[in-house]
Amino acid sequence: MSTNPMHQFNVYRIGPEISLGNVDISFTNASLFMIISALAIISVFFVGTKRKTIVPTKIQLLTELSYTFVSKMISDTAGSKAKPYFPFIFSLFMFVLFCNMLGMLPYSFTVTSHIIVTFALAAVVFIGVTIIGFANHGVGYLKLFIPSGVPVVLLPLIVIIEIISYLARPVSLSVRLFANMMAGHTMLKVFGGFVISLGIIGGWLPLSFTVALTGLEILIAFLQAYVFAILTCIYLSDALNLNH
Amino acid sequence: MELEAAKMIGAGLAAIALAGAGVGIGIIFGNYLSGAMRNPSAAQKQFPNLLLGFALAEATGLFGLVIALIILFAF
Repeated sequence: MSTNPMHQFNVYRIGPEISLGNVDISFTNASLFMIISALAIISVFFVGTKRKTIVPTKIQLLTELSYTFVSKMISDTAGSKAKPYFPFIFSLFMFVLFCNMLGMLPYSFTVTSHIIVTFALAAVVFIGVTIIGFANHGVGYLKLFIPSGVPVVLLPLIVIIEIISYLARPVSLSVRLFANMMAGHTMLKVFGGFVISLGIIGGWLPLSFTVALTGLEILIAFLQAYVFAILTCIYLSDALNLNH
Repeated sequence: MELEAAKMIGAGLAAIALAGAGVGIGIIFGNYLSGAMRNPSAAQKQFPNLLLGFALAEATGLFGLVIALIILFAF
């Protein structure tokens, strides 16, 4: 076991090497954990909705809670027009949440601690929202870049700033999730290394720190999935309602 | 100066961004608490906004941390 705190983020190949032209598409531990989290989501919801009782069982309660949680979040931030996009946002939220939570298990791999994974998710959101905006409002969607009540003199500057902030959305959305997951896991590993190096006499202090940090990380894992989903809702609300 | 030493100094400087995140999180929680003391009945409703603000403020500091890691490992 390596003592390097970055060792946990290594992606390695499982099974044979498969390549498509110049692109390496072999099955890795990252793909394994994505499949595990997708299967976990499917099995939880399959079991939870199989036998529907009026007094819910624990697992049914979990599925109902997550459904109402996401549905309330969408109606609060994006209004009733966003109802058709519920399945997308719900699966996005559950996927990020399960990837983050599975990463908290020891010896597991955190898929969302790799920028390419989060950037792919954020790029899907960005491109999708842009297409929805243009489909709903046509060229009028460009009014998003012109806030109302701004003096004409300032307008060229404001429009440029608005366009830059719009284009920075996928970057900030992906880096937020990636940085939180990576920083948290690195911190846990660094404190774990302190436990080993201080030994049985001095190691109790960093050990208690690690326990507290694990609790914080579980909170962060949930919070970042929530933030990812709610920012998607806010972007979607911009595209649907155009309330500037 | 040697490149390796300059890298270390640069990465350390980039981590100063976390100070801003600390101030931001402090302001968010402090203001939430003072608002909740004045009007406890409205506090529960604003709790999701508190968590959202906390996550957004924390993320800006972590951007600095990402820059530090890029300096250390990508160049």
